[in-house]
Amino acid sequence: MTDSTDSTEGVSSTDSTEPAERFSPLHQQHVDAGASFTDFAGWQMPVRYSSDLAEHHAVRTAAGLFDLSHMGEIVVIGPESADALDYAFAGKISAVAIGQAKYSLLLGREGGIIDDLVVYRTGADRFIVVANASNRESVATELVERTAPFECEVFDESDDIALIAIQGPKSFEILSQVPGVAAAGLADLKYYWSTSGQFEGHEILVARTGYTGEDGFEIYIAPDAAPALWRAIAETGAGSGLVPAGLASRDTLRLEAGMPLYGHELGLTTFPVQAGLGRVVNLKKEGDFVGRSAVETGPVDGARVLVGLRADGKRAGRADYPVRDAHGVQVGVVTSGALSPTLGYPVAMAYVDPAVQELGTELFLDVRGTSVQASVTALPFYTRKAN
Amino acid sequence: MAEHGHTTQDTLKYTAEHEWISVQDDIATVGITAYAAEKLGDVVFVDLPAVGASVASGKIVGEIESTKSVGELFAPVDGTVTEVNDAVVANPELVNSDPFGEGWLIKVSFTALPPLLSFDEYTALVGE
Repeated sequence: MTDSTDSTEGVSSTDSTEPAERFSPLHQQHVDAGASFTDFAGWQMPVRYSSDLAEHHAVRTAAGLFDLSHMGEIVVIGPESADALDYAFAGKISAVAIGQAKYSLLLGREGGIIDDLVVYRTGADRFIVVANASNRESVATELVERTAPFECEVFDESDDIALIAIQGPKSFEILSQVPGVAAAGLADLKYYWSTSGQFEGHEILVARTGYTGEDGFEIYIAPDAAPALWRAIAETGAGSGLVPAGLASRDTLRLEAGMPLYGHELGLTTFPVQAGLGRVVNLKKEGDFVGRSAVETGPVDGARVLVGLRADGKRAGRADYPVRDAHGVQVGVVTSGALSPTLGYPVAMAYVDPAVQELGTELFLDVRGTSVQASVTALPFYTRKAN
Repeated sequence: MAEHGHTTQDTLKYTAEHEWISVQDDIATVGITAYAAEKLGDVVFVDLPAVGASVASGKIVGEIESTKSVGELFAPVDGTVTEVNDAVVANPELVNSDPFGEGWLIKVSFTALPPLLSFDEYTALVGE
């Protein structure tokens, strides 16, 4: 048997001169919990602890605990930081309130996507930009360059910040009971807002954000204090069904939730509008921003667009598999796919010719030579029930 | 599997493709090792050849899919498929829960066995 693992876990780094492999400050916790590890952008991260499916279902029904310490945190501080980020990003960052977070894009001058990220405003003149691990260096470099004309400074604090996520319907119930965690207004914290707090004397930032399609929180904390927080959440949540969850379940969770993954749905040659992210680009904001003119012009006519596909049976289309029409002509390519653990049928995201993007269009996935019928379906595949 | 459920792993033969082979007379029972199952993650789909199919050593005869990966099943011997494990097709998770027992995949009648790895050789290969 040979194993052709999806490249999802090892999203290609734009910089292949990565030094020796890196370990999360929570590495020992993962080893103790029996994790299997995978390389992710040069980091040895847990791919699963016991079962991908069990971890996936735990997040949908109770809660999962994720280590995201490999992600990049770049801090921008200064009186002109808001203006600087309006120029650097596709969204209107100056309109983000203190305590609020915003999903945004760092565009290239040609209109492609350098990274998708979340920007937190933690003060009038202070922002934290959270970048994908594989893009940390390029984001930091671009931000230094783009903000140079403004009165502000950029600090890559990734090595000094660990990130723990608790995701799932029981996240609040569990987090509010973790001994030592004090965060003001946690109960009323809205989606995409954050609050500062303390854990055993260490400063933490708690944000109601995530990448699973469930309610949940992401907690930024100093690496030294992260293991104690991880253990405290794990122990508090164990009785409520919380389990540590690895990158394999994280990928199937975000896929069901229709969330793009950089290197799969997003890349330097993808325009936001192709990925369904046109709303993230604010063309109404005054002033120039990097990529503006290219985005206003738009991609070439006939550029492929991202769609959801669902199939019957159990065979999943996977990244790079061709998508064909009824005549066998290739009309697209899969970027992510799996047998959906929650829904029970195969789902995939794919870039297809605009002519076949209509909902309900019947297409065919080339699954290693076998043609599997699939129909274009709305994203996301899964939406959680309202509370 | 009654036929080999109590066979210890150190009496099985192995391939470098992480399959195990249990030989009884001229029938080889084939499965994937616990190491392979662990690497794949949760198996959600198993595609096996038809009973009666001729298979050739080293050729792909099936697929084992997890949520994250696809593994190919190679025939470890030349021969004819005499039985496939329908239980594992219906319940692919058997590959994870009992790879050396109820998670067996196919039985092949053969005339000659190619060189296969011993338990010690396979253990050295996977470094465990």
